[in-house]
Amino acid sequence: MKVTIIGGGVAGIQTALALKGLGHDPVIIEKEDTLGGKLRGWHRLFPVMTPARDVLEPMLKQLRDQQIEVMASTEVQAIESDGVVTSRGKVESRATVVCSGFDLFDATLKEEYGYGIYDNVITSADLEQMMNNGKIALADGTQPHRIAFLHCVGSRDEKVQQRHCSKVCCVTGVKQAIEMRRWFPHSEIYNFYMDIRMFGPGYEEMYRSAQQEHGIQFIRGRISEAAPVKGGKVQIKAEDTLVGRPLKMTVDMLVLLIGMTAGCSNSRWTECTGLSQSDSHFMRPLDMFEGNVRSELPNVFYAGTVTSPKTIGESLNEANAAAMRVAAYLETL
Amino acid sequence: MQKRYSWKEFQKEIADDHYFYVRSCIRQNFFPGSEQAFLNIMRGDLGKDVFEDARHTSCTGIGYHSDIVPLETIMTVVARQFALMTEAGYENLTSSCITSFGIYTEILETWREFPETLERTRESLYKATGRTFEIPKNVSHNSDVIFHNREQIAAQAKLKLVNALTGEPLRVVEHIGCHYAKIFPSKGIGGSEFPYVLAGMVESWGGEVVDYPERRHCCGFGFRNYLVQSNRGYSVANSRKKFESMAPYKPDFIVCNCPGCTMFLDKWQYTLAEMEGSTYGPDGRGIPVLTYEEMAGLVLGYDPWALGMQMHQVDVEPLLDKMGVDYDPSSKYLGKKGKFIGAPEVATVNCSAVDKFYRIKR
Amino acid sequence: MIDFGFGVNTARAINMDTNDLDTAREIFDRLPDLQACMACGSCTATCTAGAITSFNFRKVHTLVRRGEYGEAYAEMSKCMLCGKCRLVCPRGINTRGVVLLIKKKLGDY
Repeated sequence: MKVTIIGGGVAGIQTALALKGLGHDPVIIEKEDTLGGKLRGWHRLFPVMTPARDVLEPMLKQLRDQQIEVMASTEVQAIESDGVVTSRGKVESRATVVCSGFDLFDATLKEEYGYGIYDNVITSADLEQMMNNGKIALADGTQPHRIAFLHCVGSRDEKVQQRHCSKVCCVTGVKQAIEMRRWFPHSEIYNFYMDIRMFGPGYEEMYRSAQQEHGIQFIRGRISEAAPVKGGKVQIKAEDTLVGRPLKMTVDMLVLLIGMTAGCSNSRWTECTGLSQSDSHFMRPLDMFEGNVRSELPNVFYAGTVTSPKTIGESLNEANAAAMRVAAYLETL
Repeated sequence: MQKRYSWKEFQKEIADDHYFYVRSCIRQNFFPGSEQAFLNIMRGDLGKDVFEDARHTSCTGIGYHSDIVPLETIMTVVARQFALMTEAGYENLTSSCITSFGIYTEILETWREFPETLERTRESLYKATGRTFEIPKNVSHNSDVIFHNREQIAAQAKLKLVNALTGEPLRVVEHIGCHYAKIFPSKGIGGSEFPYVLAGMVESWGGEVVDYPERRHCCGFGFRNYLVQSNRGYSVANSRKKFESMAPYKPDFIVCNCPGCTMFLDKWQYTLAEMEGSTYGPDGRGIPVLTYEEMAGLVLGYDPWALGMQMHQVDVEPLLDKMGVDYDPSSKYLGKKGKFIGAPEVATVNCSAVDKFYRIKR
Repeated sequence: MIDFGFGVNTARAINMDTNDLDTAREIFDRLPDLQACMACGSCTATCTAGAITSFNFRKVHTLVRRGEYGEAYAEMSKCMLCGKCRLVCPRGINTRGVVLLIKKKLGDY
């Protein structure tokens, strides 16, 4: 039976593949002209530095091989009981899986870090892009010697209405620090963190190897402000909370580990369906356990970061789980 | 600095005309020419209506921030200023002082959030003075008003903020004052991280704003910390941190928003020079510190001594020469009627490196 | 020079631009497992010397890693080398080695 999938990131693609495998007829509706979502902008994935394209490309190939229908450059305007309304008209279906994902936190909202104002303040997403382009350099083209990573930018921060933990930035910070060590073996690398949350398999081990084998310095404290210094450098201030003293240093590059914020389309889903959102504006699943890929409506399901920050692996698992739930629901019709 | 754009998002409404003017305690004593310059520029150059009632008082902000004046008292004092404004038929208040501006804003917000405090204040004021008052329609700092009119001032400018010899823009560091936008970022033009109120004037009048690492750092005023002599090390240490940070950028002058900051950034340079021999400007001298009215006044062709610039501890003559201001050096300490008002002793902060080498000061 | 009746307070911040980080680097190059400290504090919790003095092993070696060597030699001299910290360290850091190495490297400070 026909199932619409909103969003063609990893969660959407995997949901489609799984539903096809279960004998259904999924259609992916993607607002951009290409599938792959945020993963397209990523270079390597934690915890074992898997190239992002090694995950994405086999999935896209399967999608093509199985001739799954994709409507690209199409925006979903409303979810209805018998399908969805898109910018190209109505698509009828028996169930809808919302895989519309998350947005990257807009680092310019943390004005004190000067993102978009100071040349050598970049985000973790910018750094992945640089790595994809094969060149990491300062604005003047030279190599950074001293690099600081700041964790929790747009996470755990009520000032920018982001109370939640984005979950993946800690390990991304550790991963990127190790990558920077490989690019620049003689650099000094500092990670400023409040807590290091290494929840996944191999993460803690990766953190330890960053400390011990790669000589990454971890300083517990949140940077309070970044200011420009002659020559494009950046002065940062933090407290070294483990010794209870303020600390300042000048760095060549400041990398902001931006968090995941709720997708901007979530409010649209709420408006048209009566579905609800959590305090952080992610969609609220039916419950946190047995119903974690179901919504409050019987024919609408969720997979991936539409409901909370998740890793790629977790999003893929949810995609499979959602497909199973959809199939079970379609049985009852 | 060219990329600072956030000020466009932090815009506030600034009344266009008909202001009720309230003064600053510190400025009346240390920079009295600036307040007069504000009135002259507003009335004379811009043709605006600014009303002042001689019966208005200190807002008591310094006492409040030093734990001497209780909240209920300062609310009543502020209510009395509003009553004078209401009685004079004005609705737009403009304040000469950042501390007062912070106080007015904070109290209005408190009244909004806790209406019972407004009612208590009305009652206290009525019992004490028989007065009643209206909430101002618009509260601005004087610098907001000058910012609002900066293009008109630029159009009437006699001089620009450029080096008259080289034609290069003057390099200016701006200092906003904590209570301008750190209490309520939305009440300051440009917000608290990249405030634009002074930067906008500097840019409109031909100068170049120079950012430096400790730009956002407090001057160290700290109210109770400078009021108690033995605690002044707090205050001067914070100013020193700023001077050390800005010195490598070779600013031609510092422009300040807040009375306390103007006073400390000027006078602590004298103090540091006398205590430790350190100076931060070119050629072993200090960096001149201007109020925004003085800056506007120079641009509009006012005489620097009429602007009260002889009251500065760091001599402004090197800056005047750089800008090509036409002034009479010998009349610096002649008062309004040509009477000698007394001159300060020579200070280390105003001696060049050569003077110091030959110990000319002593 | 004029005495105004007050001094100028000195900056308390750890200044990573002016601190000598080379000595710190030599220390953790010799004993890289020191870098694996995750500040759990169990060393300090169990410390024989820390029970009766202000000695805080975790804090002192953290300061050393930031290039703050001021009191480190004197502080590390309070260690009684009992070895309990090494037993409790969840990351297996050679804590006695750290004490001795810091004393050796910072003897001149």
